[in-house]
Amino acid sequence: MKTVYKPAAILAVLVVVALGLLSTGRHVSAASEGKVTGSIKLEGTAPHMRAIDMSKDPTCSKQHSTPVHLENVVVGSGGSLANVVVYISQGLPASAAAAVPSKPIEWDQKGCMYQPHVAGMDVGQQLKVINSDPTTHNIHPMPQPGGGNIGWNKSQPQGSPPFTTSWKAEEVAIPVKCNIHPWMHGYMVVVKGPYGVSDESGSFSLDNVPPGSYTLTAWHETYGTQTQKVTVTAGKPATVNFTFKAK
Amino acid sequence: MRKRSITWSLLLSAAVVFAFSAACWAQVTQYDEEQRMNMESHIGKLTGHATAGEPLYRRFCIGCHGPIGDGEGENAQWIDPKPRNFTLGIFKCRSTPTGTLPTDEDLYDTIGRGLVNSNMPRWFPLSDQDRADLIAYVKHFSPRFAKEKPGSVLQIPPEPPVTEERVKAGQEVFRHTECWKCHGVTGRANGPSADTLTDDFNRPIKPFNFHDGTRFKCGETDRDLYRIFMTGLDSTPMPSFADNLKPEEAWDLVMYLRSLQPMNTPEKAIAKKLGLKPINPNAAAQPQTK
Repeated sequence: MKTVYKPAAILAVLVVVALGLLSTGRHVSAASEGKVTGSIKLEGTAPHMRAIDMSKDPTCSKQHSTPVHLENVVVGSGGSLANVVVYISQGLPASAAAAVPSKPIEWDQKGCMYQPHVAGMDVGQQLKVINSDPTTHNIHPMPQPGGGNIGWNKSQPQGSPPFTTSWKAEEVAIPVKCNIHPWMHGYMVVVKGPYGVSDESGSFSLDNVPPGSYTLTAWHETYGTQTQKVTVTAGKPATVNFTFKAK
Repeated sequence: MRKRSITWSLLLSAAVVFAFSAACWAQVTQYDEEQRMNMESHIGKLTGHATAGEPLYRRFCIGCHGPIGDGEGENAQWIDPKPRNFTLGIFKCRSTPTGTLPTDEDLYDTIGRGLVNSNMPRWFPLSDQDRADLIAYVKHFSPRFAKEKPGSVLQIPPEPPVTEERVKAGQEVFRHTECWKCHGVTGRANGPSADTLTDDFNRPIKPFNFHDGTRFKCGETDRDLYRIFMTGLDSTPMPSFADNLKPEEAWDLVMYLRSLQPMNTPEKAIAKKLGLKPINPNAAAQPQTK
Protein backbone atom coordinates (compact mmCIF):
# COMPACT_ATOMS: atom_id res chain seq x y z
CA MET A 1 0.00 0.00 0.00
CA LYS A 2 2.77 2.41 1.01
CA THR A 3 4.54 1.95 -2.32
CA VAL A 4 1.47 3.32 -4.10
CA TYR A 5 1.40 6.48 -1.99
CA LYS A 6 4.99 7.51 -2.62
CA PRO A 7 4.90 7.89 -6.44
CA ALA A 8 1.47 9.51 -6.11
CA ALA A 9 2.84 12.09 -3.69
CA ILE A 10 5.81 12.84 -5.96
CA LEU A 11 3.47 13.22 -8.92
CA ALA A 12 1.24 15.58 -6.96
CA VAL A 13 4.19 17.75 -5.95
CA LEU A 14 5.38 17.86 -9.56
CA VAL A 15 1.94 18.89 -10.79
CA VAL A 16 1.78 21.69 -8.20
CA VAL A 17 5.24 22.95 -9.16
CA ALA A 18 4.39 22.80 -12.88
CA LEU A 19 1.15 24.72 -12.32
CA GLY A 20 3.02 27.30 -10.27
CA LEU A 21 5.60 27.81 -13.00
CA LEU A 22 2.88 27.99 -15.63
CA SER A 23 0.96 30.68 -13.77
CA THR A 24 4.01 32.87 -13.08
CA GLY A 25 5.07 32.45 -16.68
CA ARG A 26 1.69 33.61 -17.82
CA HIS A 27 1.90 36.65 -15.60
CA VAL A 28 5.23 37.72 -17.04
CA SER A 29 4.11 37.21 -20.63
CA ALA A 30 0.97 39.28 -20.06
CA ALA A 31 2.87 42.54 -20.63
CA SER A 32 0.06 43.91 -22.73
CA GLU A 33 -2.10 44.48 -19.71
CA GLY A 34 -5.26 46.53 -19.72
CA LYS A 35 -6.40 49.57 -17.88
CA VAL A 36 -9.61 50.84 -16.34
CA THR A 37 -10.31 54.57 -16.25
CA GLY A 38 -13.38 56.60 -15.44
CA SER A 39 -14.81 59.36 -13.34
CA ILE A 40 -16.94 59.70 -10.23
CA LYS A 41 -19.84 62.13 -9.95
CA LEU A 42 -22.02 63.25 -7.09
CA GLU A 43 -25.68 63.77 -7.99
CA GLY A 44 -27.44 66.42 -5.93
CA THR A 45 -26.10 69.04 -3.56
CA ALA A 46 -23.04 68.19 -1.55
CA PRO A 47 -23.48 68.71 2.21
CA HIS A 48 -21.87 71.76 3.77
CA MET A 49 -18.38 71.05 5.05
CA ARG A 50 -17.81 72.82 8.34
CA ALA A 51 -14.68 74.98 8.71
CA ILE A 52 -12.19 73.50 11.18
CA ASP A 53 -11.30 75.52 14.26
CA MET A 54 -7.59 74.92 14.78
CA SER A 55 -7.17 77.70 17.34
CA LYS A 56 -6.37 75.22 20.12
CA ASP A 57 -3.04 74.58 18.42
CA PRO A 58 -1.51 77.78 16.99
CA THR A 59 1.18 75.73 15.19
CA CYS A 60 -1.67 74.31 13.09
CA SER A 61 -3.77 77.44 12.56
CA LYS A 62 -0.71 79.53 11.65
CA GLN A 63 -0.14 77.35 8.60
CA HIS A 64 -3.45 78.30 7.01
CA SER A 65 -4.38 81.79 5.85
CA THR A 66 -7.94 80.72 5.00
CA PRO A 67 -9.99 78.26 7.06
CA VAL A 68 -9.65 74.57 6.21
CA HIS A 69 -12.81 72.54 5.86
CA LEU A 70 -13.73 68.99 6.80
CA GLU A 71 -13.17 66.46 4.02
CA ASN A 72 -16.01 63.97 4.46
CA VAL A 73 -17.31 64.98 1.02
CA VAL A 74 -14.91 66.74 -1.38
CA VAL A 75 -16.46 67.81 -4.68
CA GLY A 76 -14.84 69.59 -7.61
CA SER A 77 -16.47 71.56 -10.39
CA GLY A 78 -19.48 69.93 -12.07
CA GLY A 79 -20.13 67.60 -9.12
CA SER A 80 -17.00 65.51 -9.50
CA LEU A 81 -16.37 63.50 -6.34
CA ALA A 82 -12.88 63.06 -4.90
CA ASN A 83 -11.52 60.48 -2.46
CA VAL A 84 -13.39 57.51 -3.94
CA VAL A 85 -11.34 54.32 -4.01
CA VAL A 86 -12.04 52.00 -6.96
CA TYR A 87 -10.75 48.43 -6.80
CA ILE A 88 -11.38 44.98 -8.25
CA SER A 89 -13.52 43.06 -5.80
CA GLN A 90 -14.12 39.92 -7.90
CA GLY A 91 -12.52 38.01 -10.73
CA LEU A 92 -8.88 38.95 -10.29
CA PRO A 93 -6.47 36.05 -11.02
CA ALA A 94 -4.39 35.08 -8.00
CA SER A 95 -1.11 36.16 -9.60
CA ALA A 96 -2.38 39.71 -10.22
CA ALA A 97 -3.86 39.89 -6.72
CA ALA A 98 -0.55 38.86 -5.19
CA ALA A 99 1.49 41.46 -7.07
CA VAL A 100 2.44 44.34 -4.75
CA PRO A 101 3.59 47.72 -6.09
CA SER A 102 7.18 48.47 -5.05
CA LYS A 103 6.54 52.20 -4.64
CA PRO A 104 5.55 53.11 -1.07
CA ILE A 105 2.36 55.01 -0.31
CA GLU A 106 3.06 58.30 1.44
CA TRP A 107 0.83 59.37 4.30
CA ASP A 108 1.79 62.90 5.27
CA GLN A 109 0.67 64.95 8.25
CA LYS A 110 0.83 68.49 6.91
CA GLY A 111 -0.97 71.61 8.11
CA CYS A 112 -2.54 69.37 10.75
CA MET A 113 -4.43 67.52 8.02
CA TYR A 114 -3.84 64.13 6.46
CA GLN A 115 -2.45 64.24 2.93
CA PRO A 116 -4.03 62.37 1.35
CA HIS A 117 -7.27 62.23 3.30
CA VAL A 118 -8.02 58.83 1.74
CA ALA A 119 -5.22 56.54 0.58
CA GLY A 120 -5.58 53.32 -1.37
CA MET A 121 -2.92 50.68 -0.85
CA ASP A 122 -2.14 47.08 -1.57
CA VAL A 123 -1.90 44.41 1.12
CA GLY A 124 1.78 44.38 2.10
CA GLN A 125 2.57 47.61 0.24
CA GLN A 126 5.01 49.86 2.09
CA LEU A 127 3.28 52.73 3.87
CA LYS A 128 5.51 55.68 4.70
CA VAL A 129 4.19 57.87 7.52
CA ILE A 130 5.58 61.42 7.49
CA ASN A 131 5.20 64.33 9.88
CA SER A 132 5.86 67.62 8.06
CA ASP A 133 4.37 69.74 10.85
CA PRO A 134 6.21 71.69 13.55
CA THR A 135 4.10 69.87 16.12
CA THR A 136 3.65 66.39 17.56
CA HIS A 137 1.08 64.07 16.00
CA ASN A 138 0.03 60.67 17.15
CA ILE A 139 -0.93 58.39 14.32
CA HIS A 140 -3.62 55.97 15.39
CA PRO A 141 -5.15 53.62 12.79
CA MET A 142 -8.08 51.59 14.10
CA PRO A 143 -8.78 48.46 12.01
CA GLN A 144 -11.88 46.40 12.76
CA PRO A 145 -10.97 44.10 15.67
CA GLY A 146 -11.04 40.42 14.80
CA GLY A 147 -9.97 41.09 11.21
CA GLY A 148 -6.52 40.41 9.89
CA ASN A 149 -5.13 43.83 10.81
CA ILE A 150 -4.06 44.98 14.25
CA GLY A 151 -4.30 48.62 15.32
CA TRP A 152 -1.46 50.60 16.87
CA ASN A 153 -0.82 54.11 18.13
CA LYS A 154 2.51 55.88 17.66
CA SER A 155 3.71 59.33 18.54
CA GLN A 156 5.58 61.29 15.88
CA PRO A 157 7.04 64.48 17.38
CA GLN A 158 8.17 67.39 15.19
CA GLY A 159 11.31 66.67 13.25
CA SER A 160 11.18 62.91 13.77
CA PRO A 161 12.01 60.77 10.74
CA PRO A 162 9.29 59.04 8.70
CA PHE A 163 8.63 55.39 9.48
CA THR A 164 7.36 52.65 7.21
CA THR A 165 4.85 49.94 7.95
CA SER A 166 2.25 47.91 6.03
CA TRP A 167 -1.08 46.13 6.45
CA LYS A 168 -1.49 42.36 6.48
CA ALA A 169 -5.06 41.95 5.22
CA GLU A 170 -7.65 43.55 2.96
CA GLU A 171 -9.80 46.09 4.77
CA VAL A 172 -12.15 48.75 3.39
CA ALA A 173 -11.54 50.98 5.20
CA ILE A 174 -9.27 51.56 8.21
CA PRO A 175 -10.11 54.84 9.99
CA VAL A 176 -7.06 56.82 11.13
CA LYS A 177 -7.08 59.57 13.71
CA CYS A 178 -4.81 61.87 15.66
CA ASN A 179 -5.99 62.14 19.25
CA ILE A 180 -4.06 65.37 19.85
CA HIS A 181 -5.85 67.12 16.95
CA PRO A 182 -9.37 65.70 17.06
CA TRP A 183 -10.35 67.07 13.64
CA MET A 184 -7.67 64.99 11.92
CA HIS A 185 -9.13 61.85 10.47
CA GLY A 186 -8.66 59.88 7.32
CA TYR A 187 -8.96 56.41 5.82
CA MET A 188 -6.56 53.76 4.59
CA VAL A 189 -8.22 51.48 2.04
CA VAL A 190 -6.32 48.19 1.87
CA VAL A 191 -7.09 46.00 -1.15
CA LYS A 192 -5.51 43.27 -3.25
CA GLY A 193 -4.58 44.10 -6.82
CA PRO A 194 -4.89 47.31 -8.84
CA TYR A 195 -6.77 50.26 -7.34
CA GLY A 196 -7.34 53.91 -8.09
CA VAL A 197 -8.35 56.91 -5.99
CA SER A 198 -10.40 59.68 -7.58
CA ASP A 199 -8.90 63.18 -7.56
CA GLU A 200 -10.64 66.58 -7.41
CA SER A 201 -11.76 66.18 -11.03
CA GLY A 202 -13.35 62.84 -10.09
CA SER A 203 -11.13 60.80 -12.38
CA PHE A 204 -9.38 57.58 -11.44
CA SER A 205 -7.32 54.97 -13.19
CA LEU A 206 -6.48 51.33 -12.46
CA ASP A 207 -3.26 50.27 -14.16
CA ASN A 208 -1.83 46.82 -14.92
CA VAL A 209 -5.18 45.06 -15.04
CA PRO A 210 -4.86 41.70 -16.84
CA PRO A 211 -7.50 41.19 -19.56
CA GLY A 212 -10.66 39.60 -18.17
CA SER A 213 -14.08 40.21 -16.69
CA TYR A 214 -14.28 41.79 -13.25
CA THR A 215 -16.52 43.34 -10.66
CA LEU A 216 -15.36 46.82 -9.73
CA THR A 217 -16.22 48.33 -6.36
CA ALA A 218 -16.16 52.05 -5.63
CA TRP A 219 -15.99 53.08 -1.97
CA HIS A 220 -16.65 56.48 -0.47
CA GLU A 221 -16.45 57.25 3.25
CA THR A 222 -19.83 59.02 3.35
CA TYR A 223 -21.77 57.38 0.50
CA GLY A 224 -20.74 53.75 0.92
CA THR A 225 -20.03 51.33 -1.92
CA GLN A 226 -21.21 50.72 -5.48
CA THR A 227 -20.31 47.91 -7.85
CA GLN A 228 -20.18 47.54 -11.62
CA LYS A 229 -19.09 44.83 -14.04
CA VAL A 230 -16.31 45.55 -16.48
CA THR A 231 -14.51 43.64 -19.22
CA VAL A 232 -10.91 44.57 -19.83
CA THR A 233 -9.09 43.87 -23.09
CA ALA A 234 -5.39 44.34 -23.66
CA GLY A 235 -4.22 47.66 -25.07
CA LYS A 236 -7.55 49.47 -24.87
CA PRO A 237 -8.60 51.17 -21.61
CA ALA A 238 -12.06 50.23 -20.38
CA THR A 239 -14.18 53.11 -19.10
CA VAL A 240 -16.41 52.87 -16.05
CA ASN A 241 -18.20 55.79 -14.42
CA PHE A 242 -19.83 55.81 -11.02
CA THR A 243 -22.50 58.20 -9.75
CA PHE A 244 -23.19 58.58 -6.03
CA LYS A 245 -26.39 60.22 -4.81
CA ALA A 246 -26.16 62.95 -2.16
CA LYS A 247 -28.31 61.98 0.80
CA MET B 1 -42.39 -12.26 19.46
CA ARG B 2 -40.91 -11.37 16.12
CA LYS B 3 -42.75 -8.04 16.05
CA ARG B 4 -41.28 -7.09 19.40
CA SER B 5 -37.72 -7.76 18.29
CA ILE B 6 -38.23 -5.49 15.24
CA THR B 7 -39.50 -2.68 17.45
CA TRP B 8 -36.49 -3.09 19.72
CA SER B 9 -34.01 -3.09 16.92
CA LEU B 10 -35.65 0.01 15.40
CA LEU B 11 -35.49 1.82 18.72
CA LEU B 12 -31.89 0.79 19.22
CA SER B 13 -30.80 1.97 15.79
CA ALA B 14 -32.64 5.28 16.31
CA ALA B 15 -30.81 5.74 19.60
CA VAL B 16 -27.47 4.98 17.95
CA VAL B 17 -28.11 7.47 15.14
CA PHE B 18 -29.20 10.13 17.63
CA ALA B 19 -26.19 9.63 19.86
CA PHE B 20 -23.84 9.73 16.89
CA SER B 21 -25.28 12.92 15.46
CA ALA B 22 -25.28 14.56 18.89
CA ALA B 23 -21.64 13.67 19.31
CA CYS B 24 -20.82 15.10 15.89
CA TRP B 25 -22.76 18.28 16.62
CA ALA B 26 -21.03 18.75 19.95
CA GLN B 27 -17.67 18.27 18.30
CA VAL B 28 -18.44 20.84 15.61
CA THR B 29 -19.79 23.54 17.94
CA GLN B 30 -17.18 23.11 20.64
CA TYR B 31 -14.19 22.62 18.39
CA ASP B 32 -12.95 26.20 18.49
CA GLU B 33 -13.50 26.70 22.18
CA GLU B 34 -12.11 23.26 23.07
CA GLN B 35 -8.97 24.05 21.16
CA ARG B 36 -8.52 27.21 23.09
CA MET B 37 -9.38 25.61 26.44
CA ASN B 38 -5.93 24.02 26.11
CA MET B 39 -4.51 27.50 26.58
CA GLU B 40 -1.71 27.78 29.09
CA SER B 41 0.06 30.68 30.71
CA HIS B 42 3.69 30.68 31.79
CA ILE B 43 4.82 33.10 34.45
CA GLY B 44 8.26 32.26 35.79
CA LYS B 45 7.94 28.74 37.18
CA LEU B 46 4.14 28.89 37.26
CA THR B 47 2.02 27.24 34.59
CA GLY B 48 -1.63 28.27 34.42
CA HIS B 49 -4.39 26.22 32.78
CA ALA B 50 -7.56 27.64 31.24
CA THR B 51 -9.62 24.73 32.59
CA ALA B 52 -8.53 25.60 36.13
CA GLY B 53 -9.09 29.29 35.49
CA GLU B 54 -12.70 28.87 34.34
CA PRO B 55 -14.32 28.36 37.79
CA LEU B 56 -12.25 31.23 39.19
CA TYR B 57 -13.36 33.47 36.33
CA ARG B 58 -16.98 32.55 36.93
CA ARG B 59 -16.55 33.35 40.62
CA PHE B 60 -14.59 36.62 40.45
CA CYS B 61 -14.57 38.18 36.97
CA ILE B 62 -17.84 37.32 35.24
CA GLY B 63 -19.83 40.14 36.87
CA CYS B 64 -17.98 42.82 34.93
CA HIS B 65 -16.16 41.03 32.09
CA GLY B 66 -19.20 38.85 31.23
CA PRO B 67 -19.69 35.14 30.52
CA ILE B 68 -18.12 35.36 27.06
CA GLY B 69 -15.37 37.79 28.07
CA ASP B 70 -16.64 40.67 25.95
CA GLY B 71 -16.67 43.14 28.83
CA GLU B 72 -20.48 43.17 28.89
CA GLY B 73 -21.09 41.64 32.30
CA GLU B 74 -24.18 42.68 34.21
CA ASN B 75 -22.25 45.34 36.15
CA ALA B 76 -20.66 46.82 33.04
CA GLN B 77 -23.43 49.34 32.40
CA TRP B 78 -22.66 51.08 35.71
CA ILE B 79 -18.92 51.20 35.20
CA ASP B 80 -16.66 53.81 33.65
CA PRO B 81 -14.02 53.17 32.35
CA LYS B 82 -15.67 50.06 30.89
CA PRO B 83 -14.41 46.54 31.66
CA ARG B 84 -11.95 45.15 29.13
CA ASN B 85 -13.28 43.14 26.18
CA PHE B 86 -10.98 40.11 26.20
CA THR B 87 -12.19 38.81 22.83
CA LEU B 88 -10.23 41.57 21.03
CA GLY B 89 -6.89 40.71 22.60
CA ILE B 90 -6.00 44.42 23.00
CA PHE B 91 -4.50 45.45 26.35
CA LYS B 92 -3.33 48.71 27.90
CA CYS B 93 -0.53 47.47 30.15
CA ARG B 94 2.15 45.82 28.04
CA SER B 95 5.91 45.53 28.04
CA THR B 96 5.62 44.85 24.28
CA PRO B 97 5.36 47.31 21.33
CA THR B 98 2.07 48.95 20.37
CA GLY B 99 -0.11 46.64 18.26
CA THR B 100 1.35 43.43 19.72
CA LEU B 101 0.08 41.02 22.35
CA PRO B 102 1.20 41.46 25.95
CA THR B 103 3.29 38.79 27.68
CA ASP B 104 1.73 36.48 30.27
CA GLU B 105 3.70 38.37 32.93
CA ASP B 106 2.09 41.66 31.84
CA LEU B 107 -1.41 40.23 32.31
CA TYR B 108 -0.40 38.54 35.56
CA ASP B 109 0.91 41.85 36.93
CA THR B 110 -2.33 43.60 35.96
CA ILE B 111 -4.39 41.14 38.06
CA GLY B 112 -2.17 41.71 41.09
CA ARG B 113 -1.91 45.45 40.60
CA GLY B 114 -5.42 46.39 39.57
CA LEU B 115 -6.02 49.42 37.37
CA VAL B 116 -5.98 52.77 39.13
CA ASN B 117 -8.92 55.13 38.46
CA SER B 118 -11.08 52.18 37.37
CA ASN B 119 -13.20 49.50 39.04
CA MET B 120 -10.54 46.83 38.57
CA PRO B 121 -9.21 46.07 42.08
CA ARG B 122 -5.93 44.48 43.16
CA TRP B 123 -6.73 40.78 43.46
CA PHE B 124 -4.85 40.12 46.69
CA PRO B 125 -7.05 37.16 47.77
CA LEU B 126 -6.06 35.13 44.71
CA SER B 127 -3.02 32.90 45.02
CA ASP B 128 -0.20 33.08 42.47
CA GLN B 129 -1.45 29.84 40.92
CA ASP B 130 -5.03 31.19 40.74
CA ARG B 131 -3.79 34.28 38.90
CA ALA B 132 -1.80 32.17 36.44
CA ASP B 133 -4.85 29.96 35.77
CA LEU B 134 -7.02 33.05 35.26
CA ILE B 135 -4.54 34.45 32.73
CA ALA B 136 -4.77 31.23 30.72
CA TYR B 137 -8.57 31.47 30.76
CA VAL B 138 -8.58 35.18 29.86
CA LYS B 139 -6.28 34.40 26.90
CA HIS B 140 -8.64 31.68 25.65
CA PHE B 141 -11.29 34.33 24.85
CA SER B 142 -9.30 35.86 21.99
CA PRO B 143 -8.24 33.97 18.86
CA ARG B 144 -5.20 36.27 18.72
CA PHE B 145 -3.45 34.34 21.50
CA ALA B 146 -3.79 31.12 19.52
CA LYS B 147 -2.37 32.66 16.34
CA GLU B 148 0.20 35.26 17.44
CA LYS B 149 3.13 35.50 19.79
CA PRO B 150 3.63 38.43 22.18
CA GLY B 151 5.84 41.25 20.90
CA SER B 152 9.47 41.56 21.96
CA VAL B 153 9.78 42.91 25.49
CA LEU B 154 10.97 46.51 25.84
CA GLN B 155 14.50 46.59 27.19
CA ILE B 156 14.85 49.16 29.97
CA PRO B 157 18.44 50.12 30.87
CA PRO B 158 19.25 50.71 34.56
CA GLU B 159 18.02 54.01 35.91
CA PRO B 160 20.73 56.70 35.99
CA PRO B 161 21.16 58.87 39.11
CA VAL B 162 18.85 61.87 39.43
CA THR B 163 20.62 65.11 38.55
CA GLU B 164 19.60 68.71 37.97
CA GLU B 165 20.55 68.39 34.30
CA ARG B 166 18.33 65.34 33.85
CA VAL B 167 15.27 66.96 35.42
CA LYS B 168 15.78 70.01 33.21
CA ALA B 169 16.34 67.86 30.12
CA GLY B 170 13.19 65.92 31.04
CA GLN B 171 11.18 69.11 30.92
CA GLU B 172 12.53 69.75 27.43
CA VAL B 173 11.39 66.26 26.37
CA PHE B 174 7.98 66.96 27.93
CA ARG B 175 7.77 70.17 25.88
CA HIS B 176 9.14 68.81 22.63
CA THR B 177 7.09 65.59 22.51
CA GLU B 178 4.07 67.65 23.58
CA CYS B 179 2.92 65.52 26.51
CA TRP B 180 1.31 68.75 27.71
CA LYS B 181 -1.18 68.80 24.80
CA CYS B 182 -3.25 66.33 26.84
CA HIS B 183 -1.64 66.11 30.27
CA GLY B 184 -1.34 69.90 30.68
CA VAL B 185 1.74 72.06 31.30
CA THR B 186 1.70 71.18 35.02
CA GLY B 187 0.50 67.60 34.52
CA ARG B 188 -3.01 68.32 35.76
CA ALA B 189 -4.70 66.63 32.77
CA ASN B 190 -5.93 69.99 31.45
CA GLY B 191 -4.04 70.37 28.16
CA PRO B 192 -5.76 71.89 25.10
CA SER B 193 -6.73 68.45 23.71
CA ALA B 194 -7.67 66.87 27.06
CA ASP B 195 -11.43 67.27 26.85
CA THR B 196 -11.72 66.02 23.27
CA LEU B 197 -10.16 62.59 23.86
CA THR B 198 -11.99 59.36 23.06
CA ASP B 199 -10.81 55.76 23.20
CA ASP B 200 -10.93 53.26 20.31
CA PHE B 201 -14.58 52.49 21.10
CA ASN B 202 -15.51 56.18 20.86
CA ARG B 203 -16.02 56.60 24.58
CA PRO B 204 -14.73 59.75 26.30
CA ILE B 205 -11.50 59.17 28.20
CA LYS B 206 -9.42 61.35 30.54
CA PRO B 207 -5.66 61.73 30.43
CA PHE B 208 -3.71 60.87 33.59
CA ASN B 209 -3.49 63.63 36.18
CA PHE B 210 0.00 63.52 37.72
CA HIS B 211 -1.24 65.30 40.86
CA ASP B 212 -3.79 62.53 41.56
CA GLY B 213 -1.63 60.09 43.45
CA THR B 214 1.35 57.82 43.40
CA ARG B 215 -0.04 55.02 41.23
CA PHE B 216 -0.04 55.07 37.45
CA LYS B 217 -2.30 52.98 35.20
CA CYS B 218 0.33 50.26 34.84
CA GLY B 219 2.35 50.39 38.05
CA GLU B 220 4.01 52.85 40.37
CA THR B 221 7.77 52.50 39.93
CA ASP B 222 10.07 54.57 37.73
CA ARG B 223 10.45 51.57 35.42
CA ASP B 224 6.66 51.27 35.13
CA LEU B 225 6.42 54.95 34.17
CA TYR B 226 9.20 54.48 31.58
CA ARG B 227 7.37 51.47 30.13
CA ILE B 228 3.98 53.21 29.99
CA PHE B 229 5.00 56.00 27.65
CA MET B 230 7.43 53.90 25.62
CA THR B 231 4.91 51.15 24.74
CA GLY B 232 1.76 53.30 24.91
CA LEU B 233 -1.61 52.20 26.24
CA ASP B 234 -3.31 50.42 23.33
CA SER B 235 -7.00 51.26 22.67
CA THR B 236 -6.50 54.66 24.34
CA PRO B 237 -5.18 57.96 22.92
CA MET B 238 -1.84 57.39 24.68
CA PRO B 239 0.64 56.59 21.89
CA SER B 240 3.95 54.77 21.97
CA PHE B 241 7.07 56.98 22.08
CA ALA B 242 9.52 54.11 21.61
CA ASP B 243 10.39 55.12 18.02
CA ASN B 244 11.40 58.65 18.92
CA LEU B 245 12.86 58.68 22.42
CA LYS B 246 16.32 57.39 23.25
CA PRO B 247 16.66 55.56 26.58
CA GLU B 248 18.45 58.55 28.17
CA GLU B 249 15.70 60.91 27.03
CA ALA B 250 13.07 58.53 28.38
CA TRP B 251 14.78 58.48 31.79
CA ASP B 252 15.00 62.29 31.72
CA LEU B 253 11.26 62.42 31.11
CA VAL B 254 10.58 59.98 33.97
CA MET B 255 12.50 62.30 36.30
CA TYR B 256 10.62 65.39 35.19
CA LEU B 257 7.24 63.62 35.56
CA ARG B 258 8.23 62.65 39.11
CA SER B 259 8.62 66.34 39.93
CA LEU B 260 4.94 66.88 39.04
CA GLN B 261 3.62 64.33 41.54
CA PRO B 262 2.01 65.14 44.91
CA MET B 263 4.52 63.33 47.11
CA ASN B 264 7.96 64.64 48.03
CA THR B 265 10.40 63.20 45.55
CA PRO B 266 14.08 64.04 45.04
CA GLU B 267 13.06 65.26 41.58
CA LYS B 268 10.55 67.65 43.12
CA ALA B 269 13.20 69.05 45.47
CA ILE B 270 15.51 69.60 42.50
CA ALA B 271 12.76 71.31 40.49
CA LYS B 272 12.09 73.59 43.45
CA LYS B 273 15.78 74.37 43.90
CA LEU B 274 16.13 75.15 40.19
CA GLY B 275 12.99 77.26 40.31
CA LEU B 276 11.68 75.25 37.33
CA LYS B 277 8.59 76.96 35.91
CA PRO B 278 5.90 75.13 33.92
CA ILE B 279 6.67 75.14 30.22
CA ASN B 280 5.31 77.88 28.01
CA PRO B 281 3.18 76.20 25.33
CA ASN B 282 3.51 79.20 23.02
CA ALA B 283 7.24 78.60 22.82
CA ALA B 284 6.55 75.06 21.63
CA ALA B 285 6.59 76.06 17.96
CA GLN B 286 10.30 76.86 18.09
CA PRO B 287 12.45 74.29 16.35
CA GLN B 288 14.34 72.00 18.67
CA THR B 289 18.05 72.69 19.07
CA LYS B 290 19.95 69.53 18.36
